[in-house]
Amino acid sequence: MKASKAIINGIITENPTFRLVLGMCPTLAVTTAAINGIGMGLATAFVLIASNLVISLLKDFIPSQVRIPAYIVVAATFVTVTGMLMEAFVPALYESLGIFIPLIVVNCIILGRAEAFASKNSPLVAIADGIGMGLGFTLSLTLLGIIREILGAGTLFGMQIMPQAYNPAVIMILPPGAFVTLGLLLGLLNKLTAKTR
Amino acid sequence: MDYAGKLFLILLSTVLVNNFVLSRFLGICPFLGVSKKVSTAMGMGAAVIFVMTLASLFTYIIQYAILEPLNLEYLQTIAFILVIAALVQFVEMVIQKMSPTLYQALGVYLPLITTNCAVLGVAIINIRENYDLLQTLVNGAGAALGFTLALVLMAGIRERLELSDIPEPLKGFPITLITAGLMSVAFLGFQGLIN
Repeated sequence: MKASKAIINGIITENPTFRLVLGMCPTLAVTTAAINGIGMGLATAFVLIASNLVISLLKDFIPSQVRIPAYIVVAATFVTVTGMLMEAFVPALYESLGIFIPLIVVNCIILGRAEAFASKNSPLVAIADGIGMGLGFTLSLTLLGIIREILGAGTLFGMQIMPQAYNPAVIMILPPGAFVTLGLLLGLLNKLTAKTR
Repeated sequence: MDYAGKLFLILLSTVLVNNFVLSRFLGICPFLGVSKKVSTAMGMGAAVIFVMTLASLFTYIIQYAILEPLNLEYLQTIAFILVIAALVQFVEMVIQKMSPTLYQALGVYLPLITTNCAVLGVAIINIRENYDLLQTLVNGAGAALGFTLALVLMAGIRERLELSDIPEPLKGFPITLITAGLMSVAFLGFQGLIN
């Protein structure tokens, strides 16, 4: 498979959130604001790209019986690095993402791509897959974050964009809002794709 | 407040107020994946209660007996996930040997638990909240109970959803997520229990 095709595949055809429905925990938890969505998406993308590359390079050396623990250790290493970098350079974001930074390691997307893609492809294509999946994840998280922030707080990236008279629907940035927004978005997507078929 | 009262408060808070699935968003994957039938939900719940309580205990020991004295706190994520993976494997082998019937019932769910973010999540929360050993155990068991409660409730609703008339595009994941949203609204009502 060519690299460009792998990127498109991750963003659209097999979008991790809307198509594969993977990595739901961070998707629902951190999307209370658009900026959190971007931060979480990029952090996950970085771990995904790095672990895809390393696993693809090591695929001939890892015995298949212990491959899952090996993948987990690789992912956990990069998660630790990401966590330290974020704590040093974007402490506010690190604080608001909280426990979900270390939890990137159990994000099904990371293990899923390692097992299904990186362990069977060359390093270059594996990186492309990481970029595609990572961007796809980032875009969906940002979209959810934008919707919830506008409806729930009347702001976008912290700037007031709704008229002053708008009364924010706080429920949208509370847990129920996450479930309902994602549910309706998935439904809408199903409706749209059903028509084009 | 006396110690027993504090323990009770932790239990109440982690089962109902800060329910792991519906308000902290941990363990969503199994919550969506294994909630089609009440009986399987019960099996998964039992396995999670078992593993999560044990994982809380072991990660507590690792953190305070190994990582902190050696100043290796930055290895927390790696150490915890390996401990959990090993623990799940170990529990699987012990159950297989001791009680084949239980193994039959839990069998398929046990390996899935390694990637259940609720297990790693509860371990990290225990450390961040500075709980002592007993509080850690109560919090671990409580979180797993809360997970099981949400899972079984969801399975009960989904069994009925099977038979109801749902708009075509909403079938499957969308309606499940919307249902979870409504359950989450209901659980918000517990917020007033603790202030």
